[in-house]
Amino acid sequence: MERSLPNRRAVLTTASAGLLMGAMGPLAPARAQTLAPTPTMRGGANNYRPGAPIVERIGGGGFWMTGTVRRAGDGAPLAGRRIQVWAHTTEGHERDARSHGATLTDAKGLFRIEMPQIVPAFGQPHGHLAYDAAHDEGGFETVFLRPVMARASDTTLNVAFVLQPA
Amino acid sequence: MPRDGWARWAALALAIGIPLAAAARSPLLQWRDPIYILAGFAGVLGLALILVQPLLILGALPGLPARRAHRWVGATLVALVLIHVGGLWITSPPDVVDVLLFRSPTPFSNWAMLALAAVLAAALLAATRRRLAPRFWRIGHRIAGAAIGIGTVIHAWLITGTMQPLSKALLSLLVLAAVAMALRPRPRPPRRPE
Repeated sequence: MERSLPNRRAVLTTASAGLLMGAMGPLAPARAQTLAPTPTMRGGANNYRPGAPIVERIGGGGFWMTGTVRRAGDGAPLAGRRIQVWAHTTEGHERDARSHGATLTDAKGLFRIEMPQIVPAFGQPHGHLAYDAAHDEGGFETVFLRPVMARASDTTLNVAFVLQPA
Repeated sequence: MPRDGWARWAALALAIGIPLAAAARSPLLQWRDPIYILAGFAGVLGLALILVQPLLILGALPGLPARRAHRWVGATLVALVLIHVGGLWITSPPDVVDVLLFRSPTPFSNWAMLALAAVLAAALLAATRRRLAPRFWRIGHRIAGAAIGIGTVIHAWLITGTMQPLSKALLSLLVLAAVAMALRPRPRPPRRPE
């Protein structure tokens, strides 16, 4: 079978185009200045419990829900923001109160809460997270997220919030 | 009954029994309420009956009054679909409402809606068959049958649930093959008095 190998011109133009793009990277406008807010996901608010308490961990633990909370526009980390987490886990259904818990972000805008292992429910292994303006003093718009795990066997899920000032 | 009659029934029992048994061993069951488990198995059984329906029409299952059995299995399928949707609704109302309003985030939900609509349409057509023009009945019920097979198989395939992937794939392929065989173009059958 005949196979066409790239000729010298093709190799050189491709390589120099690649180099040029790499060199121009630092010249691109600083993207952080225009960080877009995270939109609410479809189904994100399902089985939400407004005002679920802040807890050390949800149930027996074993799974880590982690993430970042930043401000739209400049990307500044947001400390002390309240994030609620819930899911169908080895210890309960999404609608059960014991499947819900909230935590606050630290000085770097990071949050981290331990919970029971998430198991596939309604067809996908997924979690729910909420930033609810009605239960936080931060003054940002409410966002509900419903991230899907890459694999049902994952024991951690990392989620990024970019909040829009209200 | 033809000589291979028992072999056919045994093959059908295996085609349905193996995926059912595999689903019954799913680790997910230990973390589900009985009503959610019931809803899930109504779905698995429904998929199995969608294999039986075209086989009955093809005359592949000897020893039964095929047309009458097709009606009873169809009625059972409608009941299983209602148990499936109802059980899921009780388990998580907002998720089912999202599906019914075509705003669910899951990629399999609209295929479920296609199959749901097609099952209800097929049943409605069957219930009113005597008042329908034969041509309208025939085309309508065939389109519904194709939509039921395709919609259900894609719906089931995209779901991470209690069904084990390999046996789910095999049952799905059998369903598609049987539906395609039953719906293949062929001369119009002579009208028979009911």
